[in-house]
Amino acid sequence: MIHSRMNVPCRNHTAMTVEISELEEKARRIRELVIRTVHHAGVGHVGGPLSMADVMAALYFRILRLRPDEPNWEVRDRFILSKGHSTSAWYAALAERGFFPVEHLKQMYRLNSPLQGHPDMKKTAGVDMSSGSLGQGLSAGIGMAIGAAHKGQDFRVFVLQGDGECDEGQVWEAALYGGHHQIRNLVLIIDCNRLQQTGRIESTLNLDPLDEKLRAFRWTVLECNGNQMSDLLPTLERARDLSAEGPVAVVSHTVKGHGVSFAADRVEWHAKTITDDLARQALEELGAADVNW
Amino acid sequence: MSIGDRIAPRVAFGEAITELGRASSDVVVLDADVSTSTMTCIFRDAFPDRFYNVGIAEQHMFTMAAGIASTGLIPFVSTFACFATRRAADQIHISIAYTGLNVKINGAYGGVAVGQAGATHQAFEDLAIMRAIPNMVVLDLCDAVETRAAVFAAADYDGPVYLRTVRCEVPVIFDEAYDFEIGRGYVLRDGSDVAIVSSGMMTPKALDAAAQLESLGISARVLHYPTLKPFDRGPLVRAAHEIGRFVTIENHSVIGGLGSTVAEVLAEEKPSHVRRLGMQDSFGESGDDEAFLTKYGMNTQHIVQAARELAKE
Ligand SMILES: Cc1ncc(C[n+]2csc(CCOP(=O)(O)OP(=O)(O)O)c2C)c(N)n1
Ligand SMILES: [Mg+2]
Repeated sequence: MIHSRMNVPCRNHTAMTVEISELEEKARRIRELVIRTVHHAGVGHVGGPLSMADVMAALYFRILRLRPDEPNWEVRDRFILSKGHSTSAWYAALAERGFFPVEHLKQMYRLNSPLQGHPDMKKTAGVDMSSGSLGQGLSAGIGMAIGAAHKGQDFRVFVLQGDGECDEGQVWEAALYGGHHQIRNLVLIIDCNRLQQTGRIESTLNLDPLDEKLRAFRWTVLECNGNQMSDLLPTLERARDLSAEGPVAVVSHTVKGHGVSFAADRVEWHAKTITDDLARQALEELGAADVNW
Repeated sequence: MSIGDRIAPRVAFGEAITELGRASSDVVVLDADVSTSTMTCIFRDAFPDRFYNVGIAEQHMFTMAAGIASTGLIPFVSTFACFATRRAADQIHISIAYTGLNVKINGAYGGVAVGQAGATHQAFEDLAIMRAIPNMVVLDLCDAVETRAAVFAAADYDGPVYLRTVRCEVPVIFDEAYDFEIGRGYVLRDGSDVAIVSSGMMTPKALDAAAQLESLGISARVLHYPTLKPFDRGPLVRAAHEIGRFVTIENHSVIGGLGSTVAEVLAEEKPSHVRRLGMQDSFGESGDDEAFLTKYGMNTQHIVQAARELAKE
């Protein structure tokens, strides 16, 4: 069902509610795995992966056309994690979706691991573009969409980028290009969690009004609460459908560290070691009582 | 074209990618608003649907090329060598080299000869930067024949390639029989007193210097290295054993380019006397190409002089 391009025009209300609660459970599970992964590794980013967990759940369990057993399927939808430092949430989604065993998450950050600290397309099944240096993902996504058009393929490209990442000049080079050429089948999701590494967005480089900026660059802009599945999922579905006409940006309002009280909206939890006690607390809050994997 | 014709390699490049584009619809070309300088405008006019002018946005261009390559197409990406390798170094490193994607980078206007534009446009470190990046094949091309051959060889090779072309006219020194291969060094002239090692537009000067040296009673071997990486150690090491005296000449800084490569290889394989001609760790300036090369000690007469001094030792 996930492979289908067809959108059920008018899902009935009960089906929709079930679907939302299933995806909420996937997002919860992704958060749980992020905490387990970072705790196990002893290092890692925390806030960014937690804010984007719901987007991962929606993309990997509803939106993207994929074949986990054939990761290089030529016409798969592409996903690029431009904010590569948050990749533990992506790995969790890939594992949950069956690209590799959940057990592999214990290897993240280790020498010889297929799961690098930042995404590596040569090492990890399901990763279509390496990233880690912020600001490059949208350009790569535009290139993929151009490749698709050139080859007459109908796959879509989704790029997830940070709000702090929007400080990078290349982001605006790419946005200008995408808007000017009205690149189709391209969706940019901006994880607006109001924090970057060392401070708040509005006190570092204020992006407001981000939606108007993107509209001025000739993008279609949608907004949603990116931590609320009942808002996020229909917004992503709309973005996907509208992208047939030209580039679409989703300004996804989130809380950095969402789902874990001590990390929520706290700049110091951008990246930090999770102690055993805090891991236990976080997992409890996430409804994963058992500290074991 | 025949031996001695003066042809700008940038024109040869533009014509070669167009010929390539005719043979394969998988070839696409990107440029950052300098296609009338890099000569990718020849391709643009022949295949407008496969030509992407990204505007003056080099960082975006190189990453976008990586995205295009990831779908199986072969992008040739052109801009001035200085902007490619300095401004977009990170994009080339991460999006193209680290991923190993099949992107071909044309560093046009490589080195000193940028037509009076001066220091901001002169790339003396492009080869050094590209050489230091894993996965990157690094070519410094000489004449129109070699440039054309290299374009086709780069297209056949699966992975990132940096092809450096120059703006000025370079006399054709190769004929149709030239058997260009990536990763090969060539002995263009045999000799026994001193070896001149050159690449790119400096090789015709190296050959001229060798001819002048002969009339002075000095026998000079000329080694031509269009590929800086991977480097073909064989011809160099043989010359080290047979001659042991080297002059290197390059359109680049002596730090990190051909001279450095030669010194590194010889230090490991057979320590020898080496004199490195090229930019001596300084910025450039405006000036007529030949006058510039003369001021900075990089012209034929300097090769002759260095070789004579070495041959006496
Ligand atoms: C080019 C570049 N500069 C700096 C960094 C270091 N860095 C990693 S994450 C980060 C902050 C990112 O903030 P944002 O995009 O808002 O992401 P999130 O809040 O989701 O973590 C920085 C500065 C980097 N990875 N790349
Ligand atoms: Mg942020």
